[in-house]
Amino acid sequence: MAYSSKVIDHYENPRNVGTLDSEDDTVGTGLVGAPACGDVMKLQIKVNDQGIIEDAKFKTFGCGSAIASSSLVTEWIKGKSLDEAGVIKNTEIAQHLSLPPVKLHCSMLAEDAIRAAIRDYRQKHQGD
Amino acid sequence: MITRPIYLDYQSTTPCDPRVLEVMLPYFTEEFGNPHSRSHAYGWRAEEAVENARSQVAKLINADSREVIFTSGATESNNLALKGVAHFYKAQKNHIITCVTEHKCVLDSCRHLEQEGFKITYLPVQANGIIDLNVLREALTEQTVLVSIMAVNNEIGVIQPLAEIGQLCREKGIFFHTDAAQAVGKIPIDVQTMNIDLLSLSGHKIYGPKGVGALYVRRKPRIRLLALITGGGQERGMRSGTLSPPLCVGIGEACSIAREEMVVENIRLHALRNRFYKAILSELEEVYLNGDLEKRIPGNLNLSFAHVEGEGLMMGVKELAISSGSACTSASLEPSYVLRALGVEVEMAHTSLRIGFGRFTTEEEVDIASQKIIQEVTRLREMSPLWEMSRQGIDIKSIQWAAH
Repeated sequence: MAYSSKVIDHYENPRNVGTLDSEDDTVGTGLVGAPACGDVMKLQIKVNDQGIIEDAKFKTFGCGSAIASSSLVTEWIKGKSLDEAGVIKNTEIAQHLSLPPVKLHCSMLAEDAIRAAIRDYRQKHQGD
Repeated sequence: MITRPIYLDYQSTTPCDPRVLEVMLPYFTEEFGNPHSRSHAYGWRAEEAVENARSQVAKLINADSREVIFTSGATESNNLALKGVAHFYKAQKNHIITCVTEHKCVLDSCRHLEQEGFKITYLPVQANGIIDLNVLREALTEQTVLVSIMAVNNEIGVIQPLAEIGQLCREKGIFFHTDAAQAVGKIPIDVQTMNIDLLSLSGHKIYGPKGVGALYVRRKPRIRLLALITGGGQERGMRSGTLSPPLCVGIGEACSIAREEMVVENIRLHALRNRFYKAILSELEEVYLNGDLEKRIPGNLNLSFAHVEGEGLMMGVKELAISSGSACTSASLEPSYVLRALGVEVEMAHTSLRIGFGRFTTEEEVDIASQKIIQEVTRLREMSPLWEMSRQGIDIKSIQWAAH
């Protein structure tokens, strides 16, 4: 399968690979996918007191498109508010990376990962 | 200069050996006769070439040349063996035994026969990829007409106990067919001592041309087949259609070279494979071999690199032409059914690579390949949440994963 140049770029030079402390109150963690399906994404956000995502990190087990989708969304969500990040659509990710139809699930997983990280952060701050 | 990837996919196909191509060429041009033309020298010369090729094929498997028929490839040979025998003997017997790790063309032929009302038993394999002879023995019935077990598996390279299967079948008066596309020219095959009644082989897996194969059909005791392709009655009525002399000459020469060079070549391939495998194991943890190491052709390794997805890994080693047991490389979303049949967990099946070594593989290529794979697996593991969890001692199976 031929990959788009953007997928190759993110695969070869992934942005924001790493881990934030999931115990930290300012960090939200999303872990989505399943090893049996061949894709697992872990996406973490660090949110400042203005509710802005000031840092994002990912680790992904999966194909090049899955790695690229998660790398791309870490770039996109940095500097956004939780509400802004929460409306990023898988179709935008797929379009930006020119994903073929068989790889659309990678972009859906990246969207799920953002939402899961936001949900985790909000759960930590329910009583605030 | 554009350099081509290092070819390490010899179970998929092999390049045509230049020595094979050389003997084929005249049959595209000046020696263009129809080997079935009996009335002039053009036909006689083409026929002589085809018959010489037939005996070259026969010699490699210790058969008589009259027992070899040419086909378009191993897929056709397997279809003809299974459907041909099933249809011819259907008034007497209706049961066929095969195995879950067979090539798709055998499994799919069996599915079709099942739809026609034949009974098919799909034998399981043990964790090393080899069938259990006791399970086979118990599966045989009075109704069993044919046992079809591949000689060497295309994904994991394991060798089935052909002589034992052959003996068992002969004792019970059941025909034994083997898909030997990955075996001929790589391991010694003797249809007499192994009691093989039908054997499929392919040109392009043994450094011959694509588009040609052969089926060995025993004459004593005689095996009958109902043809799939009818017409002029060529190939003793089992496969009509004008033969292609260049392709026949090609597969014949490929068999002849394989026969002469197999012993020496196997020693070389063993050394290359061990060199590669040692290099990988010395640098990487949690690498698992799929299929038996000893009962295996030397030109194959199938390795699972835990916590690194196979397709992602292949993208990182684009300098290497290899294949993966991961789902993402195929149209289906299921990972390799062969690895699953060994009992390999789905998640581990997703992390597998098949590495195939062959006649034109060099030590230098093997070293580049092992270093490249070590480098990429290390990089991707640093990026893998599963590797991180496994390092932290988290049992990945304890997590409630959402299916998607």
